[in-house]
Amino acid sequence: MKMITAIIRREKVNDVLKALFESDIYGVTVTPVRGHGGESETVQTYRGTTVKMELVEKVRLDIALTEPFVERGVSTILRSARTGEVGDGKVFVTPVEKVYRIRTGDEDEAAVTPVMTAP
Amino acid sequence: MIRCCANKVLSAPAILGSLLLASTAIAQETAQSIDPAATAWLLMSTALVVFMVVGLALFYGGLVRRKNVLNTMMMSFICLGVVALTWVSFGYSLAYAEGGRIIGGVDNFFLRGIDGSGEGIPGVLDVAFQGAFAIIATALVSGAVVERMRFSAYMIFIALWSVLIYAPLAHWAWGGGLFDDLLGRSAIDFAGGTVVHINAAVSALVLALILGKRRDYGLKAMLPHQIPFALIGAGILWFGWFGFNGGSAYAADSVAGVAFLNTLVAPAATLVVWAMLDMWRTGKVTAVGLATAIVVGLVAITPGAGVMSPMAAIVVGFVAAFPCYMTISWRARSSVDDSLDVFAAHGVGGITGALLTGVLASTAWGASVNGSWGQLATQALAVLISIAFSAVGTLVIVGAVRTLVPLRAPETQEAMGLDVPIHGEEGYTDGEGALLIPVVSSSKAAAVAGNRTRTLGGRV
Repeated sequence: MKMITAIIRREKVNDVLKALFESDIYGVTVTPVRGHGGESETVQTYRGTTVKMELVEKVRLDIALTEPFVERGVSTILRSARTGEVGDGKVFVTPVEKVYRIRTGDEDEAAVTPVMTAP
Repeated sequence: MIRCCANKVLSAPAILGSLLLASTAIAQETAQSIDPAATAWLLMSTALVVFMVVGLALFYGGLVRRKNVLNTMMMSFICLGVVALTWVSFGYSLAYAEGGRIIGGVDNFFLRGIDGSGEGIPGVLDVAFQGAFAIIATALVSGAVVERMRFSAYMIFIALWSVLIYAPLAHWAWGGGLFDDLLGRSAIDFAGGTVVHINAAVSALVLALILGKRRDYGLKAMLPHQIPFALIGAGILWFGWFGFNGGSAYAADSVAGVAFLNTLVAPAATLVVWAMLDMWRTGKVTAVGLATAIVVGLVAITPGAGVMSPMAAIVVGFVAAFPCYMTISWRARSSVDDSLDVFAAHGVGGITGALLTGVLASTAWGASVNGSWGQLATQALAVLISIAFSAVGTLVIVGAVRTLVPLRAPETQEAMGLDVPIHGEEGYTDGEGALLIPVVSSSKAAAVAGNRTRTLGGRV
């Protein structure tokens, strides 16, 4: 079992989510984050105050996947989050020791397999 | 609009002077021709119409995405600067100086011959009141092109539009021009159905079609980022519209009173009908829907505000809701990215109002003629002429602007939002990650800024 952590452009969130859903990957945690990833800073002026904005707003996706889904998940994000310009983001893959579903106490694979409910 | 002709009395002091009358007599003569009550009301109305620009900025700003809020609001605010100056320089004269049926004259360029004297209200106040109309009309256009138009191109466009499109139409409707005799009748446009709303809406639609749709249009949901802004903005527009319609009586009299009440009840009718349509279509009454309904009702009553009974005004507000609601529903699913539905609200609403005015106008309520088939034909012709002129004129102007600057912002800027790359500011920021640049030498700042804009894909 792996945790995929992706830092992506804000304007790419919808594209990435759509691509993930189309790849049958549904369990995602989305967090707005700010960071510095080496892209050139922007200069902003508020009346007399000029600042360099060193932090760029990004979105972080955390996705826990069982092994057969990992490669598909990574390639989906790489494909759908890419613009080719500096600042497209990163994908990290880390091992996960244990997962529990709070409602049922399910563990590991059962815990990360989404239960589809009627809307 | 019952405009008094401030210009016509300008020669009076000269004539009196030649008659060797004492200067006190001249002062009295001037003072007597000014109506204090009308002047007080027009002063107030002018400020109300200017405040509509703030309302429009909030209305439009709330409906766009967070990353474009400043650009969108500034598209309205920049009109307060650019159009106010083009108006006093050229626009007022082309609209209201002595001229022919097609265009006014050049006599009042740069306000030559305009001063505190006048008939009813001071000439300078007439310039200000009419100028406020030119400003809000121009700002309306921006709603169709938000989130993608280059700001510099927009600034050139509004300067040209306010002089070459708005001023001639104002002359036709209110300056003694074309619309005074169409099919043997005078077209009724009390406060700007053709001049302001149909004109701005058609230009907006043409401009949106030339620019093309936003890159995300139809691919991603583009939701309003601050609906409370849109509601407050619609409320401010309504507040300001009492000056827009009420002031167009050009007097503090019964016509102003009629226009005032009609400005209250017509949008009220639209509001209720819209809520019911919302309920029928989606099962819920939406806030964005009601904000839109207010604007639609106000637009619809504008051409007939001071010429029909309050009950007739309710009919206008009631009827206008249907075509506008249908148009918005259709437009949102079409490939036409008139982003904030300027045409659906101001075009369809303005046309509906202008036509109904031809039917519902009543001499008992301030009109010079009663509604009739003949008047309806005249109204329809005025509407058609306005549509044709705005469409063709906008095409020509946009062609000229295009030769100077590209119309659209670069793709990368559109993706990240226009606020930061074009204006160097964010609408909502807490300052985290913002490092002060202590020594602001202008060349250094320009160098850093140049570096930035290169990475963002070209010049602003």
